[in-house]
Amino acid sequence: MRRGHLKVFIGMAAGVGKTYRMLQEGHAEQELGRDVAVGYMEPHKRPETSALAEGLETVPRRRVAYRDTDLEEMDLPALLRRAPELALIDELAHTNAAGIEHAKRYEDVREVLGAGIDVFSTVNVQHLESLNDQVAELTGTRVRETIPDAVLGEADEVVLIDLTPEALIARLRAGKIYPGENIDAALSNFFTVENLLALREVALRQVAREVEAKRLIVEEPLGTREERVAAEAPRAVGERLLALVRPLPSSQRLVRRAWRSAQRLGTDLDLLWVKPPNQPIEGEVARQVTALRHLSSVLGANFLIEESDDLVRGAADVVRERGSTYIMIGESEPRRGFARLREPLPQRLMEATPPGVDVRIVAHRGRPQKDERGER
Amino acid sequence: MSVERLLIGVALVLGLGAGYLLARSRRRGSRAGRPEAVHQILLPFTGTAISRRAVDAALRLAKAEGATLMPAYLASVPKRLPLDCAIPAEAAKAMPMLEAIEQRATAQEVPVDSRIERGRSYRHALARLLERESFDRVVVPATAEAGAGLSGDDFVWVLERAPAEVLILRPDPEDTRFVSANGAQT
Repeated sequence: MRRGHLKVFIGMAAGVGKTYRMLQEGHAEQELGRDVAVGYMEPHKRPETSALAEGLETVPRRRVAYRDTDLEEMDLPALLRRAPELALIDELAHTNAAGIEHAKRYEDVREVLGAGIDVFSTVNVQHLESLNDQVAELTGTRVRETIPDAVLGEADEVVLIDLTPEALIARLRAGKIYPGENIDAALSNFFTVENLLALREVALRQVAREVEAKRLIVEEPLGTREERVAAEAPRAVGERLLALVRPLPSSQRLVRRAWRSAQRLGTDLDLLWVKPPNQPIEGEVARQVTALRHLSSVLGANFLIEESDDLVRGAADVVRERGSTYIMIGESEPRRGFARLREPLPQRLMEATPPGVDVRIVAHRGRPQKDERGER
Repeated sequence: MSVERLLIGVALVLGLGAGYLLARSRRRGSRAGRPEAVHQILLPFTGTAISRRAVDAALRLAKAEGATLMPAYLASVPKRLPLDCAIPAEAAKAMPMLEAIEQRATAQEVPVDSRIERGRSYRHALARLLERESFDRVVVPATAEAGAGLSGDDFVWVLERAPAEVLILRPDPEDTRFVSANGAQT
């Protein structure tokens, strides 16, 4: 059976009009003669959205008893029985009540797609797992419901519903997003111009990444061997990530960040420790090196040890040798003494590596840990 | 330039150099004075959520004892795959969990050293970890959910085999709070 086609409407925050646009497109499909049904729609007490749902058949929700309350959830079995050509299913990141078929709505959506039904769905950018930390750091608000990035990667189409922060705040003030009693709290907490600007940038970048990832997919090549080799060529000129690690527990976070970036770019990840020639690998250093080697094996990354008394020169040699295009480094320790007179590490790396190699710094989450090797 | 000025200049340079060398040797001395013993508390877990009680208990212990917390995600590798193969799908589950635990630990100023361990079963993964690392305590969260996480037999095995003090946390029916990839949930 053909898998259904998934289209996701993504936005920077609640109220940008994702559900509204999904319903508009549902109507348009229905007018074209397709069989459309609403699997689940969350009107959030927005009269305009509820009005737009009229004229579209809605599969009734089911009531699920959870502790002492009755919750309303999408009725997946009923939707599969109804089997429309296109199902509109709001809130892809929703967590279902315990005891029904799947824990998360995106899993329901996968089953619907597997049944050959096309799906339109919605999600906010902060619900993407890999962006959850970033958005929490930008806005101070952490969402509880997330979806793996792979779910968005499975979408055949991703549509960004964009709105300027000023326009979104105007909609909020006009009571089009939350009821009147919640507007002041929303304006002073989450819906600030700074937060919305940051979220808008994250959303735009995410969609750009999705578009780029899809553009880089190479179709299964046909023809002669030479033609197939030629068709493979674009893959060889992609990105290659190099993370500079040290045998310290704090490197684990750097590796996690680097691996997520590598996954997003669909590229290989190299982990490099530039070891001073006189540093023996024993005791705690040996334990941490084993841990890094082990983690790289779990992740399918390459762990490299380059012996050099100059971190920058050692790293630059590996960058040239491996064809790295992107270097990730941890936050440097505060520089003391004569080290203050030296250029910072990112600048030195950029000068020593070929032009076009990007350098990204991953901040420590907690207090910086001292390096056994000393200052750099 | 007079001889006096030259002497003052030389004395200044020598003084600065001696000060730098003294500070450097002190710093090295303090490094050498660090205790060698590894003081660690292991918190093994499976799946995509862990009881917040268990995380908080492990953090309280680690904080009180000045220990490092080692949250370890146990991954089961199917027999058709080599044991040392890359497991990106399991890693994708483990990463946000480790991140969430690390955030809670950082807030309480507890050092963390995370792991992902592979095995043919959760017990096998735990055995491999216990073989490789040394621990002072192991905090094991029990779950009321049948078929999820470590089984009763696994707990007996941990009690018999772990070369450390074992703390098994009984699931509390009232405890519905978890640390998951989504942060703290109620």
